[in-house]
Amino acid sequence: MDGKTKLELQMTATKIRKGIITAVASAGSGHPGGSLSGADIMTYLYFKELRVDPKNPKDPNRDRFVLSKGHCTPGLYSTLAYRGFFPVEDLTEFRQVDSYLEGHPNMDKVPGVDMSTGSLGQGISAAVGMALAGKLDSKEYRVFSLLGDGELEEGQVWEAAMAAAHYKLDNLTAFVDYNGLQIDGNITDVMNPEPIADKFRAFGWNVIDINAHDFDEIEKGIEGAKAVKGKPTAIIAHSVKGKGVSFMENDPSWHGSAPKKEQAEQAIAELDAYLAALS
Amino acid sequence: MSQKIATRTAYGAALAEIGGNPNIVVLDADLSKSTKTDTFKKKYPERHINVGIAESNMMSIAAGLAACGKTVFASTFAIFASGRAYDQVRNSIGYPHLNVKIGATHAGITVGEDGASHQALEDIALMRAIPGMTVISPADAVSTGALVKLAAEMVGPVYLRLGRLDVPVLYEENTKFEIGKGLTIKDGKNITLIATGFMVQQALEAAERLKAEGISARVIDLHTIKPIDTEIIVKAARETGAIITCEEHNIMGGLGSAVSEVVVRNAPVPMDFVGVEDQFGKSGKPQDLIVKYGLTPEKIVEKAKALLKRKK
Ligand SMILES: Cc1ncc(C[n+]2csc(CCOP(=O)(O)OP(=O)(O)O)c2C)c(N)n1
Ligand SMILES: [Mg+2]
Repeated sequence: MDGKTKLELQMTATKIRKGIITAVASAGSGHPGGSLSGADIMTYLYFKELRVDPKNPKDPNRDRFVLSKGHCTPGLYSTLAYRGFFPVEDLTEFRQVDSYLEGHPNMDKVPGVDMSTGSLGQGISAAVGMALAGKLDSKEYRVFSLLGDGELEEGQVWEAAMAAAHYKLDNLTAFVDYNGLQIDGNITDVMNPEPIADKFRAFGWNVIDINAHDFDEIEKGIEGAKAVKGKPTAIIAHSVKGKGVSFMENDPSWHGSAPKKEQAEQAIAELDAYLAALS
Repeated sequence: MSQKIATRTAYGAALAEIGGNPNIVVLDADLSKSTKTDTFKKKYPERHINVGIAESNMMSIAAGLAACGKTVFASTFAIFASGRAYDQVRNSIGYPHLNVKIGATHAGITVGEDGASHQALEDIALMRAIPGMTVISPADAVSTGALVKLAAEMVGPVYLRLGRLDVPVLYEENTKFEIGKGLTIKDGKNITLIATGFMVQQALEAAERLKAEGISARVIDLHTIKPIDTEIIVKAARETGAIITCEEHNIMGGLGSAVSEVVVRNAPVPMDFVGVEDQFGKSGKPQDLIVKYGLTPEKIVEKAKALLKRKK
């Protein structure tokens, strides 16, 4: 990827991270940790990869994205807002009673959301359904999904994995946000889903390991997925939960809690400093 | 009595209190800080088993433990306990009538900001439709503590419906509770408000307001929805001639339906229902949602006055 494109993506991702902080701080609740770890992947998808049109969000030929770890709406909404699906200012209404920006994704209310999720494990199955529909209708669109590493503990994920390989869904790419943390602690302590890559391989998937915070690697993963025929691809994206906000990084307590006013200000200041350093 | 405690907190505390019994095993699915089973875990880590984010698996594991003689408490959010793992609860726990207590926290719309995907408004309906399942929905911390202990003592499956929100403590310590027996907490003769869970306090407040308008309302805390207290309901129907049910649940299939089944068979009187009117919830602050979905004392008063016009 050329330096200019990469710089633009980095700047966009940083703005999206600011949007995440703004959303959860305004709501006084929500999930910053996993939103920040998945922010670069969602940035790359919506600003470089997905064939989507904010003016025609229901285009039947569009690429699809399913946020299987539905709690990371701050990341998804911030990305969609900066991509032009709805006003960035609306992020401050996140989770309020009169807002359409529900705590978990609602495809009937939020422009750009392709699937309602929130119950972990179900989004990836819906993504399998979308990929199957693409094959049935001989359509070109591709389907992407983002899963949590803790989410892999749901048996349904593996039922979906089996189905995707069985039906040779090479139009399906699943990112695993491999941040090592779930709510009750380290994934390896709570309920070890390792070895993750081997499991996907054993289920018949093409597997690619990447650094989730390096746009060259995200690109490599997606291009690698496109090059493989007859198999779905799992991109194991090694990430840092809370990435970009020093005091949130690798701390499970930021999974589902909002920063207080001063903490939010500090987070925004850090991100602003990073933005200034980039430009 | 202005103290506020969430029923989930009382649940965790009760588990820790009875945890000295080595036969008790507590399961959780990556939500132990939220369900408050971590209170038990701090005292008895060896008998707290985290199954990871795998609620269906948890329910059948609970069944296996119970089949080997354990008294099992299995906890997750009500939406996942009753919905995601429904078939496991029905077939692994309900059908063989195993000794599993389902500690289902974060029930109803007072979950708040997480929104519709996390707000169980149909769990009472689902759980009471399983033969042999006891369904308990306590109103406050004191009744929760007592009912959790009673549930541990009885043999058979129990669904405990618990809340996220801090709610006022209504009962004196040492109040006597019995599974399957409602409590008349305020006497009255013109109409009866039968409430469960968080709605008991709303009904009490509605009764105060009705009193100010010269209407004497009886308030019953129906903390056990199944087996249902036929006696207290029939008595209320005969003595007050009109009943309103109040629940933080879809008006279909929950407390209102359960009470209607008793009333229609034994002592038909005009009834109405306060609850969520067959729709999904949404995100918002609990208090905003309580108003939006009409779970307020005002709504109860309004329906009570309308119902009294239909009374013979
Ligand atoms: C079926 C289901 N069970 C439980 C939850 C509650 N929950 C929300 S997020 C979460 C942990 C998710 O961890 P992970 O998948 O690793 O996500 P990330 O670290 O990317 O935030 C849990 C248990 C849920 N949303 N759905
Ligand atoms: Mg994780």
